[in-house]
Amino acid sequence: MNHRIKSIIPQLLTLLFVVAVIGFFTINAQLNMDERGIDFGYGFLNQESSFDVQFSLIEYDGSHSYAKAYLVGLLNTILVSVLGIIFCTIIGVIVGIARLSPNYLIKNTAAWYVEFFRNVPLLLQIFFWYYAALRALPLPENTEPLFGVTYLTVKGYYIPRFIWENFDILFYSILAAIISIVFVRNYARKLQEEKGQQLPVLLISVGLLLLFPAITFATGMVQLEVALPVLKQLSKTSFIYAEGLSVPPELLALVLALSLYTATFVAECVRAGVQGVSKGQKEAAASVGLTSNQILKLVIMPQALRIIIPPTTNQYLNLTKNSSLAAAIAYPDLVLVFAGTALMQTGRAIEIVSITMLTYLTLSLAISLLMNWYNKKIAIKEK
Amino acid sequence: MININILKPTSANFQNYLYIGSGLIFISIFDVILRSFFNVNFSTSLPGILNFFLPLIIGLVGFQMIRLEYSGNRLVDKINQSVNNNTFNAGLTLVIIFLTLLVIPPALNWMIFEATISGDTRDACVATEGACWTYIKVWFRRFMYGMYPNDFHWRINTAFILLISFAFVGYFMRGKLKSYITFYYAIFYPIIAFVIINFLISGGSFGLEWVETNAWGGLSLTFIVSFFGLIFCFPLGMILALGRRSELPVIRYISIGYIEFWRGVPLITVLFMSSVMFPMFLPSDAFVDKLIRVIAAIILFEAAYVAEVIRGGLQALPRGQYDAAKSLGMGYWRMQIFVILPQALKLVIPGIANTFLALVKDTPLIFVVGLSEVVGMLQMAKTNPKWLGYAMEGYIFASILFWAICYAMSKYSQYLELKYKTER
Repeated sequence: MNHRIKSIIPQLLTLLFVVAVIGFFTINAQLNMDERGIDFGYGFLNQESSFDVQFSLIEYDGSHSYAKAYLVGLLNTILVSVLGIIFCTIIGVIVGIARLSPNYLIKNTAAWYVEFFRNVPLLLQIFFWYYAALRALPLPENTEPLFGVTYLTVKGYYIPRFIWENFDILFYSILAAIISIVFVRNYARKLQEEKGQQLPVLLISVGLLLLFPAITFATGMVQLEVALPVLKQLSKTSFIYAEGLSVPPELLALVLALSLYTATFVAECVRAGVQGVSKGQKEAAASVGLTSNQILKLVIMPQALRIIIPPTTNQYLNLTKNSSLAAAIAYPDLVLVFAGTALMQTGRAIEIVSITMLTYLTLSLAISLLMNWYNKKIAIKEK
Repeated sequence: MININILKPTSANFQNYLYIGSGLIFISIFDVILRSFFNVNFSTSLPGILNFFLPLIIGLVGFQMIRLEYSGNRLVDKINQSVNNNTFNAGLTLVIIFLTLLVIPPALNWMIFEATISGDTRDACVATEGACWTYIKVWFRRFMYGMYPNDFHWRINTAFILLISFAFVGYFMRGKLKSYITFYYAIFYPIIAFVIINFLISGGSFGLEWVETNAWGGLSLTFIVSFFGLIFCFPLGMILALGRRSELPVIRYISIGYIEFWRGVPLITVLFMSSVMFPMFLPSDAFVDKLIRVIAAIILFEAAYVAEVIRGGLQALPRGQYDAAKSLGMGYWRMQIFVILPQALKLVIPGIANTFLALVKDTPLIFVVGLSEVVGMLQMAKTNPKWLGYAMEGYIFASILFWAICYAMSKYSQYLELKYKTER
């Protein structure tokens, strides 16, 4: 009896405290909104937004609804996050491995990079790239081409645009290739288990992946045109590159800063992971006669990945959340478009901030669920 | 194949190979130095790509020629082991040396040799190509103190000196007083700090003029925000971590919900919330200062991260510690305070240091509510019509500042880690 009371009383008190705080806030919010004559509700999402967004992945202008503006912001946030995650993984893995290199110079260069970039606030780095580094680029009319067909100018990065005809057929052909690769892999595994023969799975996979799309091109079902950026005069002194795809400088600065900053943390995760695999594993693998490639692929990497993935997932989550700093350099992400412009226009603070927070919460949970699933898949299956 | 064999030394002819090889490496480095410092290029007659990569090729051949498993020469052996153990590594070594040679001279030129620091106006900088440190010099007070009135800067300085000296009081506590040290830092010190900042920096009484928080800024604001963030988010995070490990379901789920919520949203939206949404949640006649709202938001936010770090430490402790404490008849709080937490906190010093570093690095975000610390002041200075075009200098200055602060903090955490390391 005594024990029971001891466990119930603190719980009851905590619950009461939480309910009291939430209740206090709700009542005040109700009173405040009554006073100002606002009624709570999400109906405003269908109203015409009447503001433009500079950079949008989908068709959007002022005549569309607030809901569409929200979607524009969300897609821009996802775009930055995905690009950032890709680049930070590439840089992070390279730097992480470089920190383990026996080469004194490489090891120290990588260490310097990590020490510097992780200790400078991300916002400062974004500002640096946007206001200082990218502003030093030449004007479009004075730009030398980079890689022959792309132009890095102060007004953005202009790259060729691909114009696909019947893109869906290409997509299906790639899908078919992937499905057949799965079959080939299963067959190869069976063959190895039963007869001990090995198939060059990697070569066959790459071959299939090239072959299927190649057939669609050869038969003329899919056609591809490339639209190169062409210099175009807007007014007497203003030039841009038309035809191609233009990546705005805000996006460039953001992706650069996010990936360089997060890569330092990814690098540390990679380093810890590879160091975490004990030396005995490598020696044991070598003594059963595996080649150094096989050791890396079959022994070291599977074990290292298990250590690397959970903290790296956290870094991906951080990157996604940090992408909200886009608002500082006016890249139209979710925070700027929705929690900024839309909030100013409608004045519906509670609704809009709650939607924004819920969106980020969902994104975070989605990434962490995905990564948990992957983590579970590669975890040790103990017998 | 023959080609490679020619480049491969044997122990018999190594002496000759060593001379030729190191000669070639020196030639390649010399070539890059000439290109970088004097803008002279010997090999312009060669086709473009070959001309560009010539030093790399010469250097690689040189490295190839001195690569021998055991040569007897200690220096050469060391080079071979650390930077020249295969062709790929040798190439990377050369690329790094060349890049340093190409980047450092112009950077040094810009930062030091052609830079200006004299004068008080922009005119001093017009003539030179280099960096304009005059800009930093002129704006230095703004970067440190924000828009705080110039005559009252002594108040900020005194306040910080007082804060630091009160922080060292714990050092001089001896004997009986020493058992109160935690109590002093956890409860008494924050109160002292608040009083000092309230009366000295904010003012309004004792004949000191009142300065509203909008005028606060610069590095001093960074320190104030991080200081209060640090001392309050730690106890809150500790309570949340204990809550998450609690056996009482209501407390556990509330803690989990709290932690997961704050960890799932970006700080910038939390600050937005504190500035536009929070006033709606208060009685209409209540007014909470913007700075206090922002600091509260940062504390609530970072506490969730601290909680997760401390939970890691709690989970790492073996069950035996709990059992032993219970078998001595300790209650929940005595067990946590005297047995579990001291060990758990010791384990997670690096994690907590990382969270605190993140907090310091997050302070520039308070620009979204209109408070400007160092980075915010930079943005303001950058758009000043008298000083347009010196953004780069400002950013470099601020990066060095933040880097120094964060580096010092991480070194201090490493020192603490060593100091409290016990054999386990």
